[in-house]
Amino acid sequence: MDNEMKTSKAKRITYQVLLYTSLTIFAIFIVIPFYWMILTALKSDIDLVVAPPILFLKPGDIVFQNFVDAFARAPFGRNMINTVLVAFISTTGTIITTVLASFAFARLNFRGRELLFLIFLSTMMIPGEIFIITNFNTVAQLGWLGADEIAQTYRQALQAMTFPFMTSVFYIFFLRQTFKGIPDELYLAAKVDGTSDFKYLWKIMIPIAKPTIITITILNAMGSWNAYIWPNLVIEKSEFRLVTDGLRNAYTELAGGTIYNEQMAAALIITLPLLIVFLLLKSHIMRGVSRSGIKG
Amino acid sequence: MLEKQSNFKAWLYLAPALILLTIFTFYPLINAFIIAMFKNVRIEDFTHDGFYGFGNFTDVLANGNFRQALINTSVITFISVPVSVILALLISVGLKSIKKLQGVYQTVFFLPYVTNAIAIGMAFAFIFNKEYGLLNTMLGWIGITPVNWLAAGATWWRGMTALLIFTIWGGLAFKILVFLSGLQSIDKQYYDAARIDSASKKRIFTRITVPLLSPMIAYITITSFIGAFKVYTTVVGMFGPSMGTAGNPRQFITVVGMVYSYIDQIGRAGTAAAMAVILFVIILLFTFVQMQVSKRRVHF
Repeated sequence: MDNEMKTSKAKRITYQVLLYTSLTIFAIFIVIPFYWMILTALKSDIDLVVAPPILFLKPGDIVFQNFVDAFARAPFGRNMINTVLVAFISTTGTIITTVLASFAFARLNFRGRELLFLIFLSTMMIPGEIFIITNFNTVAQLGWLGADEIAQTYRQALQAMTFPFMTSVFYIFFLRQTFKGIPDELYLAAKVDGTSDFKYLWKIMIPIAKPTIITITILNAMGSWNAYIWPNLVIEKSEFRLVTDGLRNAYTELAGGTIYNEQMAAALIITLPLLIVFLLLKSHIMRGVSRSGIKG
Repeated sequence: MLEKQSNFKAWLYLAPALILLTIFTFYPLINAFIIAMFKNVRIEDFTHDGFYGFGNFTDVLANGNFRQALINTSVITFISVPVSVILALLISVGLKSIKKLQGVYQTVFFLPYVTNAIAIGMAFAFIFNKEYGLLNTMLGWIGITPVNWLAAGATWWRGMTALLIFTIWGGLAFKILVFLSGLQSIDKQYYDAARIDSASKKRIFTRITVPLLSPMIAYITITSFIGAFKVYTTVVGMFGPSMGTAGNPRQFITVVGMVYSYIDQIGRAGTAAAMAVILFVIILLFTFVQMQVSKRRVHF
């Protein structure tokens, strides 16, 4: 009996040790790229080309020159302002269209509601590349690409980058779920008091659904920060680019080799804000993510 | 039951979203199928050189680059999705069964979710650098000579290995997140019952955890396949806009990458549309098959 107890305890400890070891190995695998990015960004040009590479920097060897150089190479400051503007405009538009549409789907009765919602949902399955070809033509027809891409004005660039993304079927679906959870009794009581639909939406539904709306805002803003494909298609001038697009372009137009420590400094400038936002607003982001099937 | 509303008012609320969706989603969808049928469509104004039927489709399928893109996309999809789903499942179950430091591990595993594919792709590219990369350094510790992963002249399988490692790394976070929220909702009774029967851990995993998580696993697998077929940004992050190694552009081009490269070429909008439609059909068929399979296998 005593022996049996011992073996089962030994087994349990062995299992725990194995478990923690394998989880730690995976955690290291996840962290390595971040570590490598930070390490490389802080290396001097001399330390960068030591072979085999230096894996740990002494505090005295850390340099911040790469960040200065990265900002000098590409208009990252300008790109960040563009990104914030685009995120703000497209998020504001998205919130307005989403709130109004979700309200109609969740609270109003109209003919064809279920069918229309089904049509909305079915577009979520379709690869975005199908839309992009025509959308490129649409923004060109609207004159948002300028006479040619060099003649494009800042205002046109902002319009081209924001308008196609001022609504999202997924967010409508997400907010409709939240709206549906608000009891009908509230609505009926408000109706008896003669409250208009819009006032009810504004005064009652939006405040209750605030957490969901905040989640949508964060996810949408992160989407602008990571946007690469569309801005890369509709923007030619480097000072109109968004951060991700600016980053990739700044380091492919280099004649000769890549300056890795500067490139990593630029990558870090783009990664860090995202990580900070994520760690601060983890719970909000998680709420949205666990319900969506689409990354980013 | 709500009272009958005036239809007009509801449509007023829907109008902003509906107008934007019509312009930027519904019309482009229908239009893609139309322009795919015309010869030499110019993207700026959709002028063309006449009706072409399925000519664009046969052209595309006969194009060696497109076939390579299909191969690249399929390899990335059929390797990265199963591997990352299985890894995520194991990590989630492991995370669920530890008590100390659970929060710390969880945060670490979620980190890749918010990262930027281009920025991290660059970091990975430097990890795989032949002379100064971390990986070759580590391989050197166990006596392996430096491998050329992605520099000029790198073989397809080496570049692909690097790309797959990056893709799997990027795909884990979201899957772990969904599996963890699924594991939270499994009734503890099942595990208590299993413990009374002193079932082995392996048995608990295969007979309780996996069946109860199966709706989640099916959902993640289907959405991951849809996402993986559209792979593009990760390749650009790692290899740059040429989507290949130095002197060998397009070595790792994907179907979506092909679509974008054709958007920029004069008179190629119809061809690009045909490629996008082909991708759409592949995704649709594949999703349909998966749904049929999961109907039989998933325990709801």
